[in-house]
Amino acid sequence: MTYLEQALQQRILVIDGAMGTMIQRHKLQEADYRGERFANWHTDVKGNNDLLSITQPEIIIGIHLQYLEAGADIIETNTFSATTIAMADYDMQSLAHELNVASAQCAKEAISRYYAKHGDAHKKFVAGAIGPLNKTLSLSPDVNNPGFRAVTFDEVVTAYTEQIDGLVKGGVDIILIETIFDTLNAKAAIFAAKQYFRQHPVPANAGGNSEGALPIMISGTITDASGRTLSGQTLEAFYTSVAHANPLSVGLNCALGAQEMRGHIEELSGLAACFTSAYPNAGLPNAMGEYDEQPHETAHFIEEWAQNGWVNIVGGCCGTTPDHIKHIADHVKTIKPRPRPVVEVAL
Amino acid sequence: MQTLKPYLRLAGLEPLVVRPETNFVNVGERTNVTGSKKFARLIREGNYEEALSVARQQVENGAQVLDINMDDALLDGKEAMVTYLNLLQSEPDIAKIPIMIDSSKFEIIEAGLKCVQGKCIVNSISMKEGEAKFIEQATICRDFGAAVIVMAFDEKGQADTMQRKVEISERAYQILVHQLNFPPQDIIFDINVFAVATGLEEHNNYGVDFIEATRIIKQKMPLTKISGGVSNLSFSFRGNEHVREAMHSVFLYHAIKAGMDMGIVNAGQLVVYDEIEPQLRDLCEDVILNRNNDNNQATEALIAFAETVKAKGKVQEKDERWRLEPVEKRLAHSLVNGITDYIEEDTFEALEKYPKPIDVIEGPLMDGMNIVGDLFGAGKMFLPQVVKSARVMKRSVAVLTPIIEQQKKAAPSTSPDGGGREGARILLATVKGDVHDIGKNIVGVVLGCNGYEIIDMGVMVPADKILDEAQKQQVDIIGLSGLITPSLDEMVHIAKEMKRRGMKQPLLIGGATTSRMHTAVKIAPEYGNGVVHVLDASRSVTVAGSLLNKEAKQPFLNDTATEYTKLKQGFENKKITKNYLSYTDAVANKYPIDWQNFVPVTPSFTGVKPVEVSIAELRPYIDWKPFFITWEMHGNFPAILTDEVVGKEATKLYNDANALLDKVIAQNWLTAKGIVGFWEAYAKDDTVVIPSPHGGDVEGTLTLNFLRQQIQKAATVPNLSLADFIAPSNSPNGGELEGGLSNPSLKAQAADYIGAFAVTIHGIEPHIIAFEATYDDYNKIMLQALADRLAEAFAEYLHEKTRKEYWGYATNEHLSNEELIQEKYLGIRPAPGYPACPDHTEKYKLFSLLNATELTGINLTESLAMYPASSVCGWYFAHPQSQYFGVGKIQQDQLEAYAKAKGVPLEYAQKWLAPVLE
Repeated sequence: MTYLEQALQQRILVIDGAMGTMIQRHKLQEADYRGERFANWHTDVKGNNDLLSITQPEIIIGIHLQYLEAGADIIETNTFSATTIAMADYDMQSLAHELNVASAQCAKEAISRYYAKHGDAHKKFVAGAIGPLNKTLSLSPDVNNPGFRAVTFDEVVTAYTEQIDGLVKGGVDIILIETIFDTLNAKAAIFAAKQYFRQHPVPANAGGNSEGALPIMISGTITDASGRTLSGQTLEAFYTSVAHANPLSVGLNCALGAQEMRGHIEELSGLAACFTSAYPNAGLPNAMGEYDEQPHETAHFIEEWAQNGWVNIVGGCCGTTPDHIKHIADHVKTIKPRPRPVVEVAL
Repeated sequence: MQTLKPYLRLAGLEPLVVRPETNFVNVGERTNVTGSKKFARLIREGNYEEALSVARQQVENGAQVLDINMDDALLDGKEAMVTYLNLLQSEPDIAKIPIMIDSSKFEIIEAGLKCVQGKCIVNSISMKEGEAKFIEQATICRDFGAAVIVMAFDEKGQADTMQRKVEISERAYQILVHQLNFPPQDIIFDINVFAVATGLEEHNNYGVDFIEATRIIKQKMPLTKISGGVSNLSFSFRGNEHVREAMHSVFLYHAIKAGMDMGIVNAGQLVVYDEIEPQLRDLCEDVILNRNNDNNQATEALIAFAETVKAKGKVQEKDERWRLEPVEKRLAHSLVNGITDYIEEDTFEALEKYPKPIDVIEGPLMDGMNIVGDLFGAGKMFLPQVVKSARVMKRSVAVLTPIIEQQKKAAPSTSPDGGGREGARILLATVKGDVHDIGKNIVGVVLGCNGYEIIDMGVMVPADKILDEAQKQQVDIIGLSGLITPSLDEMVHIAKEMKRRGMKQPLLIGGATTSRMHTAVKIAPEYGNGVVHVLDASRSVTVAGSLLNKEAKQPFLNDTATEYTKLKQGFENKKITKNYLSYTDAVANKYPIDWQNFVPVTPSFTGVKPVEVSIAELRPYIDWKPFFITWEMHGNFPAILTDEVVGKEATKLYNDANALLDKVIAQNWLTAKGIVGFWEAYAKDDTVVIPSPHGGDVEGTLTLNFLRQQIQKAATVPNLSLADFIAPSNSPNGGELEGGLSNPSLKAQAADYIGAFAVTIHGIEPHIIAFEATYDDYNKIMLQALADRLAEAFAEYLHEKTRKEYWGYATNEHLSNEELIQEKYLGIRPAPGYPACPDHTEKYKLFSLLNATELTGINLTESLAMYPASSVCGWYFAHPQSQYFGVGKIQQDQLEAYAKAKGVPLEYAQKWLAPVLE
């Protein structure tokens, strides 16, 4: 059993909160995003948060550090959009791989600074974040042509494979496929990971599992009260469709606040053979698109889930801050994690 | 410790878990070009639309998995598979079930796997080309997470005997499970169904070989599944569907008993084993089990029989198999599916089985309604379906009630039911002054479905009447509804009254104008025994449930109270943060319109004109989106009709609505009456003055009072009042215009025009009564909702007519209905009581100008609601820059100025403007 699995059996691990929300606080301008290296880049790059891992690494490392200090056990790389497909918005396809390496290194650097200050008794992990892409495999962008797809499965696999390679080379401990609103995109990421690790097995002493793969965390997104993903699957159908990843954990993040996510987490906890994770938004956005839920409120909801034995990994998504994570970490510290269910061998 | 069973789990948009008790999984086979000539032709012709309907039909016929095969020499199989699967993903009623990707070419399978988000079954892989290929293909399937069908086929060929079937399966199992870590429950063996009764004796044991091999494989590898293409079995009886269906049923009956889990079957064409005529069944059994079959005796006998029966060409008919179930199941089926066809006869049948009629209600009927309640709660049924279920329930209860009454009379003292109370009692009413009750009716139906007794007091019910009745009937909950803003005050009043009377029941608040915030800030503080705002009908069930559960009630009320206190505090704290202008400054920041260069368009007439229009003419003007919202289906029209979740039910609802509308039109149920008028007018401060038609001065002059936004805006953004959109006086007294206007028809000081209208739909009452008499809440609510839509359509129609003809300021307008709904036209038609002019009492002026009550039959209640409820009125503003807006909150200085300008006491203004006061 890996160290990570042991930790998960002993306590509830905390994953960090929002990256975007924290970056916003720096009120960065176009020039800040560009840095020296991209001063003359031919498109606007403001808003390309992943790029900051190259142009403003100290800001990204600083945010990671804040989350580590707040009590996060797992920090996510700043790579939500670091694929050739998503980077096309800035004509930065060719940078995708480098962004993943750089982002993973930022996270690693934050951890070594944290260790330098606090010692490494409490091990911290880097999860390489794989986002959902801005193009989807199950839905047509053209209402008049429902059979049309803006991207192919093979293209998505290629993009994700490159991302995984960058993340692994940058030194991540976990692959985190997150904010899944189209299960087929996630299946392409799983497919890419399986093939990648078959060709590039990770030895056990570097965190590889019995199949030579880094552990995979999967986190879907239920978009509204219908209880389905954007691509129309129920939670159970979603879980069934990704279970072959043999994931370390399955969970939910984004779109909903803890209050709205509660029922889904309860359901998932009853379904999943692996560990479960949950990192909701800080409530639902208000009319201005801002998140109002206070750290103690979010923590209060999550504490109840923990007490019910529903979760193994908790944290926050959009609108959550180091303060939220600190409250969450404090609230779940002494609560026993959800025991992994036993899968019987006979019907 | 939580445990999970190693079931085969598949998924489309919804999961399919194959449990031991699942018995048999039907795999739809008509979407297979090798098996269906029709489907092959459709695909070849590129008629994918109809090809999709083949899939849909399969699902409707009960297929749980859809087999799709495009192996045809004339087709690019890969392209056809991808096209079809991609299209299928956007059909939620089909895509809900898992897909079986079927091809003999692995590249087609791989292409298919790349299109489907759910967990599929691959049909099939085998060791035909050796182990290496098998391992490679199995690994790819696993990378996609698919379950696999493994054909009992190896390097030597297809397995025909029992021994070979078992042997090959075991070998494949070893490789998959022990070498590749493949989950055993994801392995399905297709151990080859071969044709029997071919005349060749060596084929005679094929049925037995299959059945026995099934038994052994399931013993040795219990998590795996067994499948087969059943129709091969009866190949020699092609053309004789009657015999083929019987053979399939008999074969499945025995194979399933032995452990067969799934099969490719035309789900619509299976007879029930017990329903096969005994002679045929015995003959089939002999052939399949290879009994009495020396020298092909059994085969000969079946062939002989086959010739005596004409193949019955079956027409597609409704699936009526559920009629064979016991009466309780049939009642439940009728309730869940909203079928009224058999409810009376089934109710009578239930009476024979149950000792007392009340037992029928409390037993099977309530059981059925509980299923409905659960499905609705789980989001698996939608509101229109629930209302249909209620209709079925009421019909059944109507059969039972007279019998219950009779029995009570016959034995008044001995009946244990006499006077007893069954469920909790909930009183519902639309408050005094308000006439709107669609939402309240829906809540009544939904709560009724959940076993509560509903006392519906109707509309315009005064507070004391509501509370007297509540106390007399000892109701458990009181629910109030209202749609217009003055109803909010009435609700506050009722809450105060409840406190004064020392009542204990919780109070529920609902209706379009109500909100959680208003309830928290204004109503809840007035009554200490529980006030809860209920957002919609579906919420009402959980709220009522919590309130009526002894343990849950107090915690629920405490939670609600805490939440409301917090909301109230938040509300009070927020107030301070908003900045307001003084009224004088707000007036100074009015909307700047260049009146110097403005020439108003003269309407084609001034004064009023009655308008009559047929319902058929109004129909195209209907905005359907609010109609669906009434039924708690949220989404844009027409997209909602194809919505993944509610699309199917939305379409049904839409079709039902149109069917009713057809009837309404054909039988002249409803009449539309309207009135429109235009008058010379000018703006003076925040009023619009309509000079007396007789000229002269004050006598006959009418002044309309408008309110102005007072909140501090960003620089250059004006503080709006509707008065800004009417030209100011051009008389020297007005003094605001010097250049003057050159419209000679206008009276001295008038510089512009204003219009007004009122429209209504008459005639629903007798039909509502008729629907109530047949317990048909569904059509009752439908008719009310349609009447509302028609009134709005009338307003839209009349506005267009006004723009193009009556007033004629936009004669060149060409807008689609969609653009009309999006308000892309010039000019506005705001209604008194709504955000741009929130004072309801201005409606008195509008009605008197139009003489609306006399000419259209619309009455105003004391709260200024219009009756009939399906009515719309408003002012017309024609200026191209006129726009809709909300006045928002106003301050004390404007309130005082308004009261003074309007010539009403301050308290009066305060009362009616309460919603816009802090």
